This record gives sequence, structure tokens and C-alpha cells, in this order.
Amino acid sequence: MLTILFDGIAYGMLLFVLAAGLAVTLGLMNFVNLAHGAFAMAGGYAALVLVNRLGLPFVVGLVGAFVFAAALGALLERTLYVHVYAKSHLDQVLFTIGLVFMAVATVDYTMGSSQQFIAIPPALQGQVTVLGVGMSKYRLMIIAVCGLITLLLQLGLTRTRFGSRLRAAVDDQRVARGLGINVGAVFGFTFAFGSGLAGLGGALGAEILGLDPIFPLKYMIYVLIVVTVGGTSSITGPFLAALLLGIADVAGKYYVPQLGAFVIYTIMIVVLILRPHGLFARGGAR
Amino acid sequence: MKTDATPPAAMSESAPILPAPLDTAIAAQLAARGRWSPFEILFWLGAVSTIWLLPDHHLILTEIVIWGLFALSLDLILGYAGIVSLGHAAFFGVGAYTAGLLARHALIGEPVVALLVAGLAGGAFGFLTSFLVLRGTDLTRLMVTLGVALLLREVANRMAWLTGGADGLQGITMQPVLGLFRFDLYGHTAYVYSLVVLFVLFLLARRIVGSPFGLSLLAIKGNPLRAGAIGIGAGPRIVAVYTLAAVYAAIAGALLTQTTAFTSLESLSFDRSADVLLVLIIGGTGHLYGGLIGAVVFRFAQDWLSAATPQYWQFWIGLILVVIVLVGRDRIGGWLAPLRRAGDRLVPWRGGRDGGRP
Repeated sequence: MLTILFDGIAYGMLLFVLAAGLAVTLGLMNFVNLAHGAFAMAGGYAALVLVNRLGLPFVVGLVGAFVFAAALGALLERTLYVHVYAKSHLDQVLFTIGLVFMAVATVDYTMGSSQQFIAIPPALQGQVTVLGVGMSKYRLMIIAVCGLITLLLQLGLTRTRFGSRLRAAVDDQRVARGLGINVGAVFGFTFAFGSGLAGLGGALGAEILGLDPIFPLKYMIYVLIVVTVGGTSSITGPFLAALLLGIADVAGKYYVPQLGAFVIYTIMIVVLILRPHGLFARGGAR
Repeated sequence: MKTDATPPAAMSESAPILPAPLDTAIAAQLAARGRWSPFEILFWLGAVSTIWLLPDHHLILTEIVIWGLFALSLDLILGYAGIVSLGHAAFFGVGAYTAGLLARHALIGEPVVALLVAGLAGGAFGFLTSFLVLRGTDLTRLMVTLGVALLLREVANRMAWLTGGADGLQGITMQPVLGLFRFDLYGHTAYVYSLVVLFVLFLLARRIVGSPFGLSLLAIKGNPLRAGAIGIGAGPRIVAVYTLAAVYAAIAGALLTQTTAFTSLESLSFDRSADVLLVLIIGGTGHLYGGLIGAVVFRFAQDWLSAATPQYWQFWIGLILVVIVLVGRDRIGGWLAPLRRAGDRLVPWRGGRDGGRP
């Protein structure tokens, strides 16, 4: 029971790191980015190459995943995404689906279509027993890393100058622009950072979520659920939604495996019908 | 299709007292919208002529017809009501499985009747889920339609005893159409059958889109708030057109099952929803031919790309999508505008087409 809770929390934390960037993209620019999972995949494969092929330490792999995905995000944001911000949601959906298809085929071509595993250092393998509950070390590490990231994100968003600029831009783009905030630059940076986080999540999660070319399609829906259920107006909303989703998914798969993903999809549809702006949105004022 | 097909909630405007000249002007404009242009006639003559001109390609042509019908159904909700759906394959799958199960368990052997039943099943499902798309923004609609399709796929996957699960529904044998025309190996019967179904459904869609009901949909798409202010209630109309689109999609799915005697989970997959969106986008939304033209282009492109790069044709599909968006969909539609204008000029008076849209 506690093990399930523990696994669920680890899974949820991972989902949150994957989805955090998307929450900002959606909230800030009202941009529907279905290709967010592709950056996670890019990070995962970057770590795979660094660790498995080049034999570098695992930590370097994680950092590499972040840097690679962030760089890719920045590049694509500057060259392609900027042209699509002003277009309709339909165009954004088409554009990002197109990117997903391209990413899937590219990875399939370069890395092969089979599922890959990143070699984990021996120090992270095995289990530790805390208070009679067996926990895998790797999942503990995930919780620690993702918890730290969440904390830093929260602090960064509430305490720093950049964070207040970002929040201002999310709340009202035009007024923020009028106050001299360079919304485009803020957004570009946030996009790259969010992509980097997704990449880090992809690398961390390769062990749990699996890593294969259809990763962006498989987890697109999960990431979107986190954001739409959690709302885009804060970090805590998606965070709670991710935890909820992680625990519900793990518990659902354990207790009622025959229902499969029903639980998740049903919860999502019900939440969206009742609260179209998300479970934790502030009064749905947007 | 009568104009009073809309639910009674919106009836208040159906009997307005209009001055006689305005009344006749409106009638004339509606009639002009409904007039056939020479290009349309040519298009359908061309389609019919392929029955004799391209007898070796009937298998792929059947697929094109089915894609065309499927995209046409998406056009009804996307092009006319402005609802972005990422889960349109749900209805396609409902139709496909209904037709498959009916034939497999010999409940209804005759394909045309089975087609209608499949359409009704899809319509019922569409009616039930249409209430889910009434609320919320584009994003919530996207998520809800996507969620419904995924949910349905999961159901079909789990109920393997009924649907065959991941293996697909096998062992379907089709009876002759109307008890007269047997499905043959080369797909001749299948092609003529699908083409006739497409044409009949196209006529119906054309009539509906040209009716005051169709115009009111365009008004809702343009500006729901203003449409509401002039007495066009969005809710019942969206329910109606969503249901109709579901019927069309289900019939497309049923046709695929009937002509290939097989159906699988793929008919419910996300890829299919995305592909149909692509088909419609290639051809252009908001005019019924978009889906049909898109289907022709898409299927041949797919054929050619998968022959050139067998495993990776998805890459090119993705690239096409990205390029279409970056270039701009209206601009691509604009390339065809001279053609359309030429078509208008050939008909003496066609003020309705452009004049009808302020």
C-alpha cells in the first residue's frame, strides 16, 4: 500500500517535471504545444548517448539531457514556433502534431525503434527499507531531484525578478509589454527552460516510463492532462494534478488492471466538463 | 433536409415577418448558393469515369473515397461549426466495429442496411458525446475529443472477446450489396458501392450546408456571441451538426470494414484522427470538396512516400503539416481562388457565393 503510494509519488513528480514547461507555454502564450513530449524524448536519447555510448557518468547524462533539450527548444522556438504564436489553435495543433511525427520518424531512423534503457550506476540500484517499506533507490532519487526542482521553480517564480516578470506576462501580456517587459524574450527563455526540464524528465524517466520513438505520442496525453487538470495559472496546480495523476495511475494499474487507463481518461473528461479551466484555477477568470 | 430540423429552442426566428422583396432576395441568394458550378459537375463526372478509365486502381480509389467521406464529416464540424476535434476517429471506429460485428455474427447480412445501422450507432454515440464539446475553449474541446477517442480505443482493446482486441476483428464475410452485387477480389464492386454512398451523402451534406441551418453554423463559427445576440442559439445547432458528422464518420468506417472485410484498433487510433485532420487541411476546410481533394492528394502522396522511404513516411507527413502551417492555410487556399472565380464567371449569376458572406 505504502509502496504504491511511494511509486505513485515518484511517477507523479516525474510527470510534473515533464509537464512544467508546457504549463507555462499554455499559460503564457495560450499556445497548444502537443510536441512537448518530443523534447522529453530528445533529452532521454541525449542521456542515452552520453551514458551508454560514451560511457560518461549518469549525472553528466542528466545535465546533458537538460542542456540538449533546452538548446533544441531555444532553436526551434526562435526559428519555427515564433511564427505560429499568433495563429489559430487549429494551426498550432497541426504544426505541433507535424513536429511530433517528424520527431518520431527521425528518432526511429537514427536510434532504432526498439525500447532503450539507460545504464544506471550501481549506487542507485536496489532497494532501501525505511520504516518497513521497501523503496527503490532510483525512485527515491527521482523524488529528491524532482522535489528539489519543484522547490526551485516555486522560489524562482515567486522570489526572483524574472519570476515576477513571467507572472506579469502570464496575467496580462499587453500590460506587461506596456511596462517594458520584453515578453518575447521572457517567453523564449521560459520555453527553452521548460524544454530542458522536459528533457531532464525524459532522461530521469527512461527507467520508469520507457524510452522509444513513440514516447511523444504515448505521453502527450498524460502531460496535457496534468496541465489542463491543474490549470496554467500557478506551479502548484499542475504539481498537485501530477501527483494525483501519478498516484491514481499507479494505484489503478495495481488494483484494477482490467480497467487500464480508463480511470485517468474518465477523471480528465469529468474534470474538464465541470471545471473547464482546471481543478486549481483561480476562479476561472481567464 | 427541411430547414426546421433544428430543435425547438431556436424556433423563434423561423417565422419572421419580412417585407416581400427581402424575402425573395433571400430566397434567390439561397438558391444561388445551391446552384451547381461546372467544376462541380466536371469533378463528379471525372470521379464516375474512373470506374471505367482506371479499372486497375479500384482498391486504392476505394480507400480514397473512404478517406474523402471521413474528411467530409470532419469538415462539417471543423469547417462549418469551427470545432477542433482530435478524436474524430472515435466515430469512424464505432462505425467500423458496428459493421464488422453485424457482418461477423450475421445479424444484418445486407451491406446497405448494415451501413445505415452503423451510421445510426455512430450518430447515437456522437449525440451523447456532443454535449461534452459544448463547453470550454478550444483546448478543452481538443482534450475532451481526444480523451473520448482514447477511452473508446481502450474499451475496444479490453473487450477482446467482442472486438478481437489487438488482433483486430477477423472472419468477416460480406454478403452481396442489395443481394445482387458480390464483392470481388479486384474491388470493382467495392469502389462503385463506396462511390455511390459518397455521392449520396455528399448531396445531403451539400443541401444541409446550403440551407439556412448551414448558414447559421457559419455564423456561430464566425462569432458565437454575436450569433447568439441575433437569435442563433449555438448549443442545439452544434449538437445537431456534431451528431451528423458522427453519422458520416461512422458510415466511412463501416465502408472501410465492408470493403476490406477487416477492422482493427487502428481505426480508433490517434494517428487516424491526426491523418484525417491532415487530409482535410490539404484540401482546405469550409467547402465540402476540401476533404475529397485532400483525400486524393493524401493517399497518392502516402503511396508514393511509403514507396520511396518505407518506414519513415510519417516524417514527410509531419513536414507537410509544418510547412502548410508556416506558409499559411489561407494562402494555399488562395492559389485555388482564380480557378473558383473562373468557375463563377461561367455561370451567369452567382452573386450568392461571395455576396452571401459579408
